[in-house]
Amino acid sequence: MSPFLFWIFAVFTVIFGAAVVLNRNPVASALSLVVSFLGLSALFMSLDAFFVGIIQVLVYAGAVMVLFLFIIMLLDIRVEERRRINLLAAAGGIGVAVILLIQICVVIGHFQPARRIFPPLARSTTDDVWNIGRLLFNNYNLPFQIIGVLVLVATIGVVLLSRREPR
Amino acid sequence: MITLGDYLVVSAILFTIGFAGVMLRRNLIVILMSLELMLNAANLSLVAFSRFRVGPNGLPDYNAQVLVFFVITVAAAEVAVGLALLVALYRARQTTDVADIANLKF
Repeated sequence: MSPFLFWIFAVFTVIFGAAVVLNRNPVASALSLVVSFLGLSALFMSLDAFFVGIIQVLVYAGAVMVLFLFIIMLLDIRVEERRRINLLAAAGGIGVAVILLIQICVVIGHFQPARRIFPPLARSTTDDVWNIGRLLFNNYNLPFQIIGVLVLVATIGVVLLSRREPR
Repeated sequence: MITLGDYLVVSAILFTIGFAGVMLRRNLIVILMSLELMLNAANLSLVAFSRFRVGPNGLPDYNAQVLVFFVITVAAAEVAVGLALLVALYRARQTTDVADIANLKF
């Protein structure tokens, strides 16, 4: 992928990610998150991870965001009223976040392989999905089944939590 | 050319935005969205490392992509449970603001 496209999608993802936090309106936040996830999926595809890019769009931009928007509409949340902002707490939060970013960037700066470009790939005779699927069902079969149980438990939990208690 | 570090820096910025959202915002829905942002930032660096570590057969390291698959699945389950808790909370208190839920505050 050309550097130009990488920077376009990276800036796109970061700007809309920031819009998620900065918007006062939850619906605008949710829609910004969709755009951010689409940019992220383009970044995944630029790394030749086509399967991950596709499930990013299907699961996040599709299912999860519909769930978010559905809940926002269901609860009928308006733009939150402007409260008195605790300046000290806000400054502390931003300060901790900035310190975290600086720390990560310093670590990346001292990480020698980070300055190398990506090695070229051989032309694969099999598809991306085939390779991941083989690894998933052979090496990671037990974790895969545990994840299945987890999703089942989550489903039961959601039904139980959102059921109205009989009076 | 684009290096591994570029992807890692983008991932770090996204993670920090999500972290700042969790620290600063008081709407529970936006906090959940920021959590999603942090998980996705971690996914981005996993995929970048997967592409960087090309094996002897010339293919990327698919172990990381399987981990990304697991992360996405768990994140979807987490969102479902989190939003169900949110709805239950809204029924009990008619609020989604964390400043109004301070019963356990010391």
